[in-house]
Amino acid sequence: MIESLLKADNAELTQSTKKGAPVVLSTRLRLARNLVDVPFPERASNSQRSDVMTRCADQIAELTQMKHGAFFDIAELSDLEKQVLVERHLISRELCESKSGSGVFINKDQTCSIMINEEDHLRIQFLKTGFSLRSIWKQIDRFDSSLENDLDLAFSSEFGYLTACPTNLGTGLRASVMLHLPGLVISEHMDKVIRAVNQLGITVRGLFGEGSDATGHVFQISNQQTLGESEGEIMARLGSVFKTIIDHEINARFKYIEENRARLLDQIGRAFGTLQNAHVINSNEAMNLLSLMRLAVDLEMLPEVNRSDVDRLFIECQPGHIQYAAGVGIEPDARDLCRADILREEFSRLPALDFDKVNKLG
Amino acid sequence: MRFSFAVLAGADIIIIMAENLNCSYCNKPATVHLTQIVNNKIIKVDLCESCAQSKGVTDSEGYSLTDLLSKTNLGPEKGEPQITCPDCGLSTADFRRTGRLGCAACYQSFVPLLKPVLEDMHAGIIHKGKIPDVALSRQTSMAKLQSLESALLRAISEEAYEDAAKFRDEIQAYKEDAVSEAVQS
Repeated sequence: MIESLLKADNAELTQSTKKGAPVVLSTRLRLARNLVDVPFPERASNSQRSDVMTRCADQIAELTQMKHGAFFDIAELSDLEKQVLVERHLISRELCESKSGSGVFINKDQTCSIMINEEDHLRIQFLKTGFSLRSIWKQIDRFDSSLENDLDLAFSSEFGYLTACPTNLGTGLRASVMLHLPGLVISEHMDKVIRAVNQLGITVRGLFGEGSDATGHVFQISNQQTLGESEGEIMARLGSVFKTIIDHEINARFKYIEENRARLLDQIGRAFGTLQNAHVINSNEAMNLLSLMRLAVDLEMLPEVNRSDVDRLFIECQPGHIQYAAGVGIEPDARDLCRADILREEFSRLPALDFDKVNKLG
Repeated sequence: MRFSFAVLAGADIIIIMAENLNCSYCNKPATVHLTQIVNNKIIKVDLCESCAQSKGVTDSEGYSLTDLLSKTNLGPEKGEPQITCPDCGLSTADFRRTGRLGCAACYQSFVPLLKPVLEDMHAGIIHKGKIPDVALSRQTSMAKLQSLESALLRAISEEAYEDAAKFRDEIQAYKEDAVSEAVQS
């Protein structure tokens, strides 16, 4: 069912032609909204849930932003298809496990997805590569307002938008930025940063991890609080934390290059060699090798045009994507072979690493 | 470089290097360690990979530690008001167990329980963000129209024809206003 999504040639996270940036991968905004006259999804009856789905789906399908978009009934997707959508950040794990009457709208370039009957009746998400809180806010605000033209939303003047979980109350806004922070991890400053940022009401979590490791040195920062501040204030705070983290990351990288130049070049060189030649790679290893390749692009050891390839592989090397690409159900061991095949093929096309660039630095 | 990441919320959080602990839920080896200091008390939760995942800790979208902790704390506190939402039937115990509310009306029913929770959780307890103007004015005018229509029916049934004529004119005027507003916008 999701084949057209994977074959799309303009998907934001995997096919973006926009110039990427060092450190930042993508920005996401999410709004939680509920209809006023129906219990929240968890307490709604099956008929109420399907009523919500029909009402919302009818409205959403008519919006211009959803032109050429696709709608998926979660009950009709296989576990693997759901996993692929999770890996592409288009649906949440919670939606995958929801009862009947849940669905998702995904627009053509996969910048927008609207989950119906997840924890709330509506979870509206807009995402873009790079850092762009303001422009995404304009889009999601407009989208939300156009929904409001036809749907009566649960709202109180005191508490704002009413949500199933009080952690989302008020604005219902979760703003997040995905960051690539190898410098802070390698220099072992990440825990300090997390603690400092946390005191500012910002959450940090590892990403792409199958378990507890922050694999691929990718982290997501997002606002913890949704009530008592306007959307503008929430995004301003996240934006300033974001800038501070970037400064620290850049400093950590320069310091590391200064003190451990040979070791860093060795790590990047070996990673490149592994990606070009390995025949068995598990997903954790792939994420960590790709992280070093993204760093290599930042350091101009690889051409900037290859940044989008690395970012795409971060997603395409996830277990669900590998399994989906293989066509039939395969064992984890076989997945590691397929992943290595894909990576060898991709990296055979890249030019040799340019070590001189880093030697001229600092 | 390996370290366990803690998912963070609220006050002070400490990242713990991987320890040999067992999952608080199923006793398998824990790989995710959460530590939070709440009111000067240290709360620790250790989770194995699958419990961490099933409790949403590794979910990149919607995890909150508050959510987990409210599920971990067993039973209602002593002397707590026992509330049942008249609209959806959610009880105090349900709220404590799931950390979630059942419907929009719960936000009125559960105010005494919610206020302290919200104060701990958020930057303030009054909404300062976007207001759905269009939907709100539509809801207000729908309510106004309905009350006029029921007043009209009541007047007719009581044979108070003068009142009925007045309500009929008001309804007519109200509908015309709405139409001209719609045309303007």
